[in-house]
Amino acid sequence: MSEELFITKSVIIRDSKIIKNGKPFFKADPDASLSEFLKTIYKEEHLKYPKFFKMDSLSKLVYLGVELLTEGNIPDKKTALVFANSVSSLETDEAYAGTMGEFPSPSLFVYTLPNIMLGEISIRHQLKSENIFLISEEFDPTIYLDYTKALFQQKKTDNVLCGWVNLHNNEYDVFLWQIARSGRTDFNEEELKKLYLPTHE
Amino acid sequence: MSRNYLLSDSIISPIGFSTEENLKAIRNSESALKFQNNSRFFKNGYFAGLINDLIIDERFGEIGNPTDYTKLEKLIILAIQQVLKTHPDLNIAQTGLVISTTKGNIDQLGKTQFPSDRLFLWKMAKIIADFFGFRMKPIVVSNACISGALAIKTANDFIETGKFSNAIVAAGDLVSEFVLSGFQSFQAISPEPCRPFSKDRQGVSLGEAAAAVLIGPDTSNSVDKIEYIDAITANDANHISGPSRTGEGLYQSISRLLQQNKVEASQINYLSAHGTATIYNDEMEAIAFHRAGLENVPVNSFKGYYGHTLGTSALIESILTKHSLLDNELFASHNFTESGTSKDLNVIENHQGKDLKIALKTASGFGGCNLAMLLKKESL
Repeated sequence: MSEELFITKSVIIRDSKIIKNGKPFFKADPDASLSEFLKTIYKEEHLKYPKFFKMDSLSKLVYLGVELLTEGNIPDKKTALVFANSVSSLETDEAYAGTMGEFPSPSLFVYTLPNIMLGEISIRHQLKSENIFLISEEFDPTIYLDYTKALFQQKKTDNVLCGWVNLHNNEYDVFLWQIARSGRTDFNEEELKKLYLPTHE
Repeated sequence: MSRNYLLSDSIISPIGFSTEENLKAIRNSESALKFQNNSRFFKNGYFAGLINDLIIDERFGEIGNPTDYTKLEKLIILAIQQVLKTHPDLNIAQTGLVISTTKGNIDQLGKTQFPSDRLFLWKMAKIIADFFGFRMKPIVVSNACISGALAIKTANDFIETGKFSNAIVAAGDLVSEFVLSGFQSFQAISPEPCRPFSKDRQGVSLGEAAAAVLIGPDTSNSVDKIEYIDAITANDANHISGPSRTGEGLYQSISRLLQQNKVEASQINYLSAHGTATIYNDEMEAIAFHRAGLENVPVNSFKGYYGHTLGTSALIESILTKHSLLDNELFASHNFTESGTSKDLNVIENHQGKDLKIALKTASGFGGCNLAMLLKKESL
């Protein structure tokens, strides 16, 4: 028997904009570079987390997204992380490869795995929980639905934080949402697609 | 709830092009780790387990055109081909494909022999799926060095939710200049073949390999079958590139797994560890195993045979654990000299026969990830 699950909150970071729970939340200068955009959010949100400045851009995006989504607080330390993207860590892979000619950079190499962002979230929020990072060609609601359903069915968790987090050639697409046993929005393919591509901007 | 089993399998490595050949090499204490002198990052050479391109192309030529596929694609296809050959009746339309890899075709970065989209892990998976005509979209797990076992868990879970009726889990990673230079930049590469859990260990050796296993319900009349019980992951929440000093995440994954499945530490007959042979990793594992009450359980690392094969390692080790259980056979932890962790473990020093029923497989990786998985022999 599968139980009913709900989407409780969501955040999108895309095209120099932030959408929170389906509503426009923040709009930055569309001509600003990615790193300027990231710094602007960090400042606007009054965040104080020095580790932020050591992260690669992909992890910075996720860190900021999770802060916005959770307002800096994930009370359930067993909240599972179910993440995916299509380009893995290719942006940082290419940056690291650029250092291989002279001095291969250990600080870049460490970010050449997509699940490093799960480590960053876990450290920030002290989550010693279930983690998985999957790769799919495009945003695919079914893999989140199936993996999350199994986590709940097997009683491995009561809360899940999901993410679709892409960055390549400075183009980024971040969609984060939380799943729980109660809430207003049903956790299904249709609702996820609606949240991922809002039409009423 | 239907139970899933580890059915036919395949290992393609420098010490053999089938599971049988690999088991034979291990029984003869052969290692894939050989002196290599082909990297500009190692002026004085290094030790790694590499698979000769000519041999791959010769084998692959029997089933496809070697120039159409990258080295890694060929290795993974060869592994899957062997598994499918033993199940000619498998309905490929309802069979899932779950692929584990950390870096995929990263050796092709900056090269032009193949279209650049082959660097995308989903594209590599699609090429492999299309080779066999899998109908469902392949799933790719890329979660550092726990990926191989996490892919088994994913396959099991997707069968449970009804997405697949069964699934091929396949894994592959290469020893590329990319990965070699990265590990070297951490000064993590051992100047001699790696020595997991030993006092004189000096770091990892890398290896390349592919593997595949069919996961699903077992409808055969086999006397013994290996059941997938459960797997749990836990993050250290401590450091992105270094293991936790207290083994927290690994300990959490093991203790939650045992508790949830009502298994006592004393019921575990064999522990297949990660054992990369870095100072900190092996120490972390020893601490976690002690905290979980596993200090007397016979334990080995297969890294001395293969080196660290990254996204393949936990899948190969799960397959070898399956065969240990089936054959009541414990394999020596290759290259082990004397205990070198602050907490002693019961490291297997010589191959030996032992009645085995329940095994625990563990893995840990960058990003602070850890995984523990239980496998159990069911006998009719």
